Amino acid sequence: MSRLKDLFAVKSSKVLNVYCTAGFPELNSTVTVMQALETNGANIIELGMPYSDPLADGPVIQASGNIALANGMSITVLFEQLKDLRKTVSVPVILMGYMNPVLQYGFENFCSDAAAVGVDGLILPDLPEFEFETSYGEIIKKYGLDFIFLVTPETSEERLRKLDALSTGFLYAVSSSATTGSDKDFNAVEKYLLRLQEMKLENPVLVGFGIKDKATFESASKYTNGAIIGTAFIQALENTNDITGTVKRFLSGIIS
Amino acid sequence: MMKTETYQHPDLQGYYGDFGGAYIPEMLHRNVAELKSKYVEIMQEDSFQKEFQQLLKDYVGRPTPLFLAERLSKEFGGSIYLKREDLCHTGAHKINNTIGQILLAIRLGKKRIIAVTGAGQRGVATATVCALKGLECIVYMGEKDIERQAPNVARMRMLGAKVVPALSGSKTLKDATNEAIRDWINNPNDTHYIIGSVVGPHPYPDMVARFQSVISEEIRWQLKEKTGSELPTHVVACVGGGSNAAGAFYHFLDELSVQLVAVEAAGHGVHSGLSAATTQLGKPGILHGSKSLLMQTEDGQVIEPHSISAGLDYPGVGPLHANLFTSGRGTFLSATDEEALQAALHVSKTEGIIPALETAHAFAVLGSLNLQPTDVVVLCLSGRGDKDLATYIRELNLVD
Ligand SMILES: Cc1ncc(COP(=O)(O)O)c(C=O)c1O
Repeated sequence: MSRLKDLFAVKSSKVLNVYCTAGFPELNSTVTVMQALETNGANIIELGMPYSDPLADGPVIQASGNIALANGMSITVLFEQLKDLRKTVSVPVILMGYMNPVLQYGFENFCSDAAAVGVDGLILPDLPEFEFETSYGEIIKKYGLDFIFLVTPETSEERLRKLDALSTGFLYAVSSSATTGSDKDFNAVEKYLLRLQEMKLENPVLVGFGIKDKATFESASKYTNGAIIGTAFIQALENTNDITGTVKRFLSGIIS
Repeated sequence: MMKTETYQHPDLQGYYGDFGGAYIPEMLHRNVAELKSKYVEIMQEDSFQKEFQQLLKDYVGRPTPLFLAERLSKEFGGSIYLKREDLCHTGAHKINNTIGQILLAIRLGKKRIIAVTGAGQRGVATATVCALKGLECIVYMGEKDIERQAPNVARMRMLGAKVVPALSGSKTLKDATNEAIRDWINNPNDTHYIIGSVVGPHPYPDMVARFQSVISEEIRWQLKEKTGSELPTHVVACVGGGSNAAGAFYHFLDELSVQLVAVEAAGHGVHSGLSAATTQLGKPGILHGSKSLLMQTEDGQVIEPHSISAGLDYPGVGPLHANLFTSGRGTFLSATDEEALQAALHVSKTEGIIPALETAHAFAVLGSLNLQPTDVVVLCLSGRGDKDLATYIRELNLVD
């Protein structure tokens, strides 16, 4: 069974994946945020594991990671927080993070513990496909986890097919060749999304990076199965002392 | 461990033994793949070699002398030769690599160069070649470093570079690197990222090592002229990321009779908590696109290193060196801030050469090598000390 597969089997459009940083805004707010996301309509939760040097993140998400690290977040603490996750959260949960902390935790231990608390898949942007194919992919599969590769407008068609074949769950289309949070004219990427649609890929496609409101969510969803909101959500959480209320207000602005 | 037949080149995926690779997000794939598929071919083109060699000669001032330091030799035993990279244009070995990379970038059709600098040396070496070739140059630098290194910031500006402050995190080198990588991701077509040391994703470590290999190429024939043999018994170099050491070791890597001595910065002491002795303190990890030894917490967060010398203040080390360390091919020593300062003073008074603080770390270990009279040591004098004068004045009480 795969929660992602089940989700896309019943919902193939306007799937909303929301990114939040574990341990942000407070160390123990992780599950509170996730519960509020599920209650208010998020279909997938992408939970970021903070790293001191996040190559693929924009400044807003990096800053949230630094706060989380200062709060005391680590993979060990995170799995402790997620122990009872599946008692209250039922949507698919994906862990996003960087290789180094995962390697220090022990790659296999990490997969095993992630699967044990009910995590469904992984996004590790700095795990290249060569290392995935030769060593790590098998371990990920052994624990029944999905693995999601990123693709960009610069990814060649041949490479896209390959990354699509290696991915399970969905494919993460970066909406512009930009780190998260950058402002690019959204129309400029429509052509790219149309191209993805016409390729009839094996996996559902979610668009990430630069989605910030109802309009960008809707237009990204026009050509794909849905979209991922990160930076805008983190910004909404930045100065709040009412997490549940903030999540509710934020999501109702996207999927009303 | 994977068996390596040579210590010189990585395998096709960029691995030196267990270290290297290209751990990059997909957003950088095209840039890195383009470089990977073309760098060897371009570097081997006649027109490239001709232009590169010409510039090394007429602009950088190569070959740099190999100087027999007689008074140091007498003091430590053996014959101690100094490879005078401090006499390169801009005052350090860094320019060998930036010349090579700018020529490569032009052949790849790039219009815009980005770089990262801590103390400003790499930034100056990059700004220099951009001025030489008329390319736009953007240098990312931690906000704190901009304050601390005002003369080099002024040099870069005078050379026409735009210096952009990194405002995130600790506002130093590591954060500037993250900003530069973001810039590269956002400008995938027209921009080349000049990495200043043998670090980063494959093919950078190999490419930079090849550009710096001119150092040991010259040492071989110069030593032959002076001693009748191309091979010394020891080559000594300081290691930050490891580019001057890679260049000085390069043509001796597979000459197993030559002892390769790499000197890291121990800061206040290897185990003081304020150190940059990566091989002593680091564990295998991934930073800035390659697998190497890395100073990190148990949770895998990167530790801020400390060294009095900005050029050695890096929490990682190039994968070539990680392989030399774990395989035992290299001897890794370290010198503290204080030892380096004293060595700088001593070399200045003994040989009339004021070395860069980075290089001073290499000098600091000469006493511990227990040299025999027949030993022939080549020490890579990676840079001159002008840039460190403020530190020398402060730390050595040179002004009354
Ligand atoms: C004079 C000098 N030596 C050594 C280094 C250390 O770098 P690497 O280890 O790449 O040679 C630097 C770096 O800025 C430098 O300026």
